[in-house]
Amino acid sequence: MRALFLLFAHCICFNAIAQKSFEPYAQKISGTDIHISMVPIQGGNFTMGSTESEIGRSLDEGPTHNVEVAPFWMAQFEVTWDLYNLFIDREIDRHRDTNNLGNEVLLAVDAVSGATIPYIDMDHGMGIEGFPAINMTQLAASKFCEWLSAMTGNFYRLPTEAEWEYACRAGTQTAYSFGNDPMALEDYAWSKKNSDSTSHKVGLKKPNPWGLYDMHGNVAEWTLDQYEEKAYFNRKQHPVSNPFIKPIKTYPRSLRGGSWIDQAKQLRSASRKPSTKKWKLRDPQIPKSKWWHTDAPFIGFRIVRPYKTPTAEEQQIYWKEKHTN
Amino acid sequence: MSQNHKKKEIKKLNRRSFVKTTGLATGALMASSTSMNAMGYVAGNKKLKLALVGCGGRGTGAAVQALTADPDVELVAMADAFQDRLDQSLTGIIEHFEGERKIDVKEKNRFVGFDAYSKAIDLADVVILTTPPGFRPQHFEYAISQDKHVFMEKPVATDPAGVRKVLKNAKIAKEKKLNVVVGLQRRYEKKYLALHKQIQEGTIGKIISGQVYWNSAGVWVRARQPQQTEMEYQMRNWYYFNWLCGDHILEQHIHNIDVANWFIGEYPASAQGMGGRQTRNGLDHGEIFDHHFVEFTYPSGAVVASQCRHQKGCFRRVDEAFQGTKGAILARKGLVTDLEGETLLNVGKEHDPNPYQVEHDLLFASIRNKGVIADAENGAKATLTAIMGRMATYSGQTITWEQALNSDLSLVPENPTWESKPPTIPDENGKYPIPMPGVTKFS
Repeated sequence: MRALFLLFAHCICFNAIAQKSFEPYAQKISGTDIHISMVPIQGGNFTMGSTESEIGRSLDEGPTHNVEVAPFWMAQFEVTWDLYNLFIDREIDRHRDTNNLGNEVLLAVDAVSGATIPYIDMDHGMGIEGFPAINMTQLAASKFCEWLSAMTGNFYRLPTEAEWEYACRAGTQTAYSFGNDPMALEDYAWSKKNSDSTSHKVGLKKPNPWGLYDMHGNVAEWTLDQYEEKAYFNRKQHPVSNPFIKPIKTYPRSLRGGSWIDQAKQLRSASRKPSTKKWKLRDPQIPKSKWWHTDAPFIGFRIVRPYKTPTAEEQQIYWKEKHTN
Repeated sequence: MSQNHKKKEIKKLNRRSFVKTTGLATGALMASSTSMNAMGYVAGNKKLKLALVGCGGRGTGAAVQALTADPDVELVAMADAFQDRLDQSLTGIIEHFEGERKIDVKEKNRFVGFDAYSKAIDLADVVILTTPPGFRPQHFEYAISQDKHVFMEKPVATDPAGVRKVLKNAKIAKEKKLNVVVGLQRRYEKKYLALHKQIQEGTIGKIISGQVYWNSAGVWVRARQPQQTEMEYQMRNWYYFNWLCGDHILEQHIHNIDVANWFIGEYPASAQGMGGRQTRNGLDHGEIFDHHFVEFTYPSGAVVASQCRHQKGCFRRVDEAFQGTKGAILARKGLVTDLEGETLLNVGKEHDPNPYQVEHDLLFASIRNKGVIADAENGAKATLTAIMGRMATYSGQTITWEQALNSDLSLVPENPTWESKPPTIPDENGKYPIPMPGVTKFS
């Protein structure tokens, strides 16, 4: 069993270094039986935002503009507690995959700061096994990516808003990746209408055309970007290449996809959600935790891995708390 | 957003929470309070001086809530065993208000050390007591002797000697008409108040059983530093020492146990249970258990199963559930059901104001109104209930309420100093004596 496992780990390593194929793969995490299903998203162009005729749209979704996105892998599912708790507990750090280190990332795992263990149960009683991790700050989600990168040797980060919308649309230009009819959401998403006021296990609904689950609904997903209401007005050139609004302050940052607490219109591919300070209202401590939103059981995240690995210096930018450099 | 605009927003917000929480107060807690108008009048009149005793994250949070509750509260003094904790706390409060409010604690009114508390209390009208719970009885007794209104965090003691001291002073506080709020914030949460009302109205009949949970992954650990004396190490890593913390069955699980007492309307007659240290048993984990399971039996015959666990990678739940002769309650979800499990009422979906803020809104409103909130007696009895559970799991015996209340067990030294030897010390391997069921005695 051990030999088999090592062989498998070696294969991934070999593939990655030798030709870096662009196939679906399962990211193993040494020391656990957990793996993360990564789906290749071919690079391309798409129209970002929604047109004025789209029902339920907000002003921050326009004007529509042409965007070019470089290829990346995206996790098939939202990050679950099973996975996220490995980062909170930090007890498997010594099992890091030494075979693959230096492939894309060379980072001492000890150097990655750890989230504090929360005083209350952050799943809010909604469920752990197979359920999306919730209530984390964007900093915590980014640090998870840094930790996962240090553990696996592959470079992971949060998606940009553009990458997220491109992957969510999966080649469609309709309100949802399955069309325009919010009634059909029932088959694809957990929203206010069918969620019974709670998050649900990931992957229970139908995937989008590119095989990604829960892009609409369940939990809203962190992106890398600062939320700017008028961001799209500034995008003059055609196409805009890999846009990313580097945050310069903590609030607001951008989330996508809508959640179990949201109505159908907020689950649309183009819908954007700004983060707010209020999500820490019930943190009884001062200073309030950098790692937890006590009042946001409707937010989570999923990870991406760019096909073209950024340099070690660039990598740091994506994991930083404040993007002031 | 401009400074002015922001100020207005904050004012608006404060006013709103004031009105809302006062509404709650008249309904649920202070039937005898005077009218809103009278309160507004008095509020304009007098500055209330506030002292913070215990400047950790929670104490700092409580100070911010007190300052937010009433515009005429001024933080005049702070006390902590450690200078760095006090400094961090003051910085945190100043940063929180971002210049919206002047925070000016004079340097001579920042007191450090074991005896700092009395100097800070002397300077105030209202005190916040948020040190590790082992010191609470001494601090509370002093605050009441000096006629101060009190907000104090749970638990209010770590041993029966401390509980008796708090009970004695709870009575004196009442006689002196001093307000005492204890941080068992579920009692200030709209959802729990709504569920309690359903019980009083007989919706689920008589409660016959319950299950209360604090199953989590545990809390922070502060590693020993080479320059520390044993006393300093224990004071920094206080969660793991019983004289300071009382074990997590008391320090955290008291919230859920208190809900059981509140909803059933009694304190348990006896407790028996089991517990131990299975996974959290390293050198920096002191002497406390990582799991307890206690069966509390109430005078009415109701039986409550209480479980608390600090172990990583396990099922987590922080919740309370009760079954009555006509229905049941799931507290976390805010559900009232019939015996078939059909939902009769869901109070979990409504917007609930921050209960940590509500505690302070009500405390200061009551002070202004010359009302009396008297949480200390229940705070002491809730503390004793959890201590009784701990005595049961440590000893492996059945412990009665009277045994717990009258126990000689006294963990906290009289007047500790940095030089004095803590009540528990490690052996040559750095290990502390661990309670042993069947061997440890409480009689």
